[in-house]
Amino acid sequence: MHPFTLDRPRDLAAALALRAQAGRNDAPAEYIAGGTDMVQLLQEYVRQPERLVSLAGLLDNRIEIGPQGLRLGVAATMAEVAADPAVVEQFPLISEALLNSASPQVRNQATMGGNLLQRTRCPYFRDVGYAACNKRAPGSGCAAIGGENRWHAVLGTSDDCIATNPSDLAVALVALDAAVEIRGAGGSRSLPLVDFHRLPAATPHIETVLEPGEVIAAITVPASSAARRSHYLKVRDRASFEFAVVSAAVALEMDGARIRQARIALGGVGTKPWRVPRVEAALAGASLEPQSLRQAAALAAENAHGRGHNDFKIELMQRAIVRAVEIAGARA
Amino acid sequence: MAKHHVTTTINGDPVEFLCEPEQTLLDVLRDELGLTGSKEGCASGDCGACSVMVDDRLVCSCLVLGVEVDESTVETIEGMADGDKLHPLQQKFLEEAALQCGICTPGFLIAARALLVKNPDPTETEVRYWLAGNLCRCTGYDKIIRSVLDVASEMKRA
Ligand SMILES: Cc1cc2nc3c(=O)[nH]c(=O)nc-3n(C[C@H](O)[C@H](O)[C@H](O)COP(=O)(O)OP(=O)(O)OC[C@H]3O[C@@H](n4cnc5c(N)ncnc54)[C@H](O)[C@@H]3O)c2cc1C
Ligand code: SF4
Ligand code: FES
Ligand code: FES
Repeated sequence: MHPFTLDRPRDLAAALALRAQAGRNDAPAEYIAGGTDMVQLLQEYVRQPERLVSLAGLLDNRIEIGPQGLRLGVAATMAEVAADPAVVEQFPLISEALLNSASPQVRNQATMGGNLLQRTRCPYFRDVGYAACNKRAPGSGCAAIGGENRWHAVLGTSDDCIATNPSDLAVALVALDAAVEIRGAGGSRSLPLVDFHRLPAATPHIETVLEPGEVIAAITVPASSAARRSHYLKVRDRASFEFAVVSAAVALEMDGARIRQARIALGGVGTKPWRVPRVEAALAGASLEPQSLRQAAALAAENAHGRGHNDFKIELMQRAIVRAVEIAGARA
Repeated sequence: MAKHHVTTTINGDPVEFLCEPEQTLLDVLRDELGLTGSKEGCASGDCGACSVMVDDRLVCSCLVLGVEVDESTVETIEGMADGDKLHPLQQKFLEEAALQCGICTPGFLIAARALLVKNPDPTETEVRYWLAGNLCRCTGYDKIIRSVLDVASEMKRA
């Protein structure tokens, strides 16, 4: 690791002030929460801040469920949220996505906020031995386009970056219409999680709409009956402890044997957690017949663009949608 | 860079140490405190050889900065046996040859103990998924999984 100073401020206002001047992603001063992504990237010299500002103990870690829905304090760990009885009962999709992520060790340490802000697993981004990575070194090119790109995105890509967002949690939350509460020196705001991550376009190093210094303070998820009839399907190269090749988060409202409303988000295929509104529209009123599911799922592939090694994801994500809808639909 | 003064309890004893901001808990344990039981297999959270307990939570010490355990309680493999008396998991690993080179063993033992505290009667699937973050390149896992299940059933009978 490059040498840095570490501040452990006593309150959030002090932390916001320390970080505020520093700029956006990969600034000279950065926050650290659980550290499971940050420390790894520090060890690999991918991130080289001069100063780290610890968020330990400064942000809410409560998990609250009421008639309005769910509120997750952003310092809650992945393990705490996954095991929370009310989350398991009313928002099983969130618990499933978390239990399918990482290992017990990482889930015990990693926070909700850090999870939403974890960096891509693009192997070129994480290895400074490769010079070309627009996300790590703006303007340097993209080693993945024309390189090994089996793990990369087929939706929302640009000519400057094709990296996926690796968070499983974010996929489940986007399907459930979650919002993030953001706090900065100037006050608070809230926005839909689906608008939080940015498409790479020509600036893949700017990954979210966070302004310099802002923190995520909480995640809110509206109550809905669909949240219970849900399924998180994660397709990966081994049964456990691996990132998604493709994942599908599905939540359904049923009307007898027919789908009244479907909410679907995909992981492993988009440069950000990827909602598929056209598929959802086609499923409204549809039965669970494989034929109609298959037709609707095909709409996810509109505008999908493979780069060679990852072409298989275009077919795989459609099958993942079909399977996840079938499983969710079969739930009582 | 200025060193940080950190106050902790490690394996039941009060411990104070000085550390650089960029030293991980694993670096501190091994290089500053001479507790070399925790191993570094990857330094990226992928192998579990560095598993320790911090405030009763199983974590990878390679992903925790040393400074961040100030005022915390840490438990490592060095505290697992009671004097000369091995922990039942340690004893069982020996009896069932659940180790070969031994690099992964401290991490597996700490992780397995954490499992049995949380879930004293796990299924084989639960043991396998809980230990998914611990990699072993020698044993093929079966003997490790069987040892954990055997200790669980002996604890149940006891
Ligand atoms: C071995 C391994 C396997 C993994 N497998 C998976 C997997 O299968 N699925 C998956 O989804 N994830 C996986 N992960 C990623 C893991 O989920 C993240 O590392 C973790 O969630 C990050 O949380 P943290 O609290 O440790 O964040 P940190 O590492 O502390 O921070 C990450 C980033 O978020 C910023 N940050 C943190 N909190 C806030 C906040 N409140 N406001 C503003 N900025 C903030 C930090 O500045 C930093 O840039 C894996 C990680 C490891 C190490
Ligand atoms: S895909 Fe994005 S993160 Fe990966 S090498 Fe290209 S620019 Fe870097
Ligand atoms: S050394 Fe920490 S997980 Fe491998
Ligand atoms: S005994 Fe050698 S790695 Fe497990």
